[in-house]
Amino acid sequence: MKHGIEVENVHKSFGLLQALKGVSLQVQEGHIYSLLGPNGAGKTTLVRIMTTLLHPEEGSVIIGEVDALKYPDGVRPLIGLAGQNAAVDEFLTGRENLLMIGQLYHLPFSTARVRADEVLEQMGLSKAANQTVGTYSGGMRRRLDLGASLVGRPRILFLDEPTTGLDPRTRLDMWETIRSLAKEATTILLTTQYLEEADELADMIGVIDDGKMIAEGTADQLKTKMGDDVVEFTLTDITRKDEIIELVAPLSSKKVVSGEGSTILVPVKSGAEDLFKIVKALDNARVQPTQLSLHRPSLDEVFLSLTGKKSQSKVEMLKKSGRGGHRGSGK
Amino acid sequence: MNKKNYHISIGDQIKFGFRDTLTMTMRNVLRNYRLPQLIFFSTIQPVIFLLLFNYVFGGAVSRGNGVSYIDFLLPGILVQTVVMGSVQTGVGLAEDLQKGVIDRFRSLPMSRVAHIAGRVFADTMRNIIVLALMVIVGWLIGFRINNDWYIALMSIPLLLAFGFAFSWIASLFGLFTKSSETAQVLGFMIVFPLVFASSIFVPVETMPTWLQGFATNQPISQAADAVRAMTQGGPLDSIRTTCVWIVVILVVAVPIAIYKYRQTE
Repeated sequence: MKHGIEVENVHKSFGLLQALKGVSLQVQEGHIYSLLGPNGAGKTTLVRIMTTLLHPEEGSVIIGEVDALKYPDGVRPLIGLAGQNAAVDEFLTGRENLLMIGQLYHLPFSTARVRADEVLEQMGLSKAANQTVGTYSGGMRRRLDLGASLVGRPRILFLDEPTTGLDPRTRLDMWETIRSLAKEATTILLTTQYLEEADELADMIGVIDDGKMIAEGTADQLKTKMGDDVVEFTLTDITRKDEIIELVAPLSSKKVVSGEGSTILVPVKSGAEDLFKIVKALDNARVQPTQLSLHRPSLDEVFLSLTGKKSQSKVEMLKKSGRGGHRGSGK
Repeated sequence: MNKKNYHISIGDQIKFGFRDTLTMTMRNVLRNYRLPQLIFFSTIQPVIFLLLFNYVFGGAVSRGNGVSYIDFLLPGILVQTVVMGSVQTGVGLAEDLQKGVIDRFRSLPMSRVAHIAGRVFADTMRNIIVLALMVIVGWLIGFRINNDWYIALMSIPLLLAFGFAFSWIASLFGLFTKSSETAQVLGFMIVFPLVFASSIFVPVETMPTWLQGFATNQPISQAADAVRAMTQGGPLDSIRTTCVWIVVILVVAVPIAIYKYRQTE
């Protein structure tokens, strides 16, 4: 089994802030690996280390069987990077942007031209090829940025939060594109804050928090580890809340949670079946909930169960120390 | 693991260095060309300076020694133009750093020097156009060459080289501040005193004695004197001093800029 990415015990600090406290991961060639974690978890720092932009204090990083720390020049021709901010030039056209990147990958000029057109086609930007990027929508810029990372036909592709800030429809388009890249047997590492996205795209998911890998596995493995589905409903009559909590308690897999207002959250083992039981119980008690849903635990709930603390607190702490805004571009 | 040596040979480094610098120069030339405000400020501003100084201060400064003020002023203004224009090199680089464009470039197998060098060369090319425009406007308001034309013409490459050197200094402002606003303010904070405490607008002899030593020997005065000597005749030793300044600036600024670029996180 060949590995596209092998990261071993990587440490990185910025002054007093320990961004990575010994992270290891392996990505099999041709797989999509998703690094899942909240803001400030260390995702971007890790990506920047793997793409030769940062040097860790400790650890080893092997990309496409080349030691990235010793031979960054040997790694750069193998990789493509699309960061969080669309790193394309507004004053150039879409085609000019890609042509420039092709030349910087040292493709012969004619090859770079052909490649630019191929990528524009692949990203659905052929029509806008000769418009300056300043006229592009947010989604188009992201697609062009992703395209720029493909120009050099990288064996290993790094996508740092490729869908953050995109509207739901554009996000779905982006997922489709990423899936199609994986079919070309490119190894992809993508970071995301969305459990759903990792679930949709990745063969393997690594959950990172506070500079440490706290869980790793396939989506299904993580889901069972991460806790149960939740049935959530809201009562019309808040005075009956305690009574109803007691009523549904036997049906719950864990402790029933009293939510905001008259909302009640019931963790359950086997989703639909338990939902039906709860509805029946409510009906018998002549209770008609105003709202009723069955859902997977949210990322916050996942982090709560994996780390025992709210994922948000870390973000707030980082914001207070003025590092929350730092996402790669400047330090 | 693969034991291959991935270091790039010196020959390839030089070849790619040139190629990548050319690519990046093209990028920045297009940028200068497509952002109209850049062309506007880099051409209109020096023209306004030229007209203002010639017509507002000209009468007061004129020395009555047979040299008309415009013949004295224009060589200085040309130096001022390339020096002020060089600040834009730092501003442009800082913009790239701010926008995260630099992460893309640094992850590419491109030469490490090309990003800065491309910016510097593009600004040098812009200077050619701006200098030509300034000379035309100057000629229209009375500037004349009073020396052999081929010596006068050699002042253009000297001016370009001088601006080139200052662009490398400005690149440091961009690389160290990583903010286009700060790079601009810092650039002008350093350039303004140098430009005004110089022989650009007035003869140094009119300044207080304590200032004269500095004003005479600082690079901007030397460059202004050199261009003056080349276009109007006179002692040529300031040309040599200017060339020494250019070399000294480049020898110091270029390695620091490349080092800083490599270290940028």
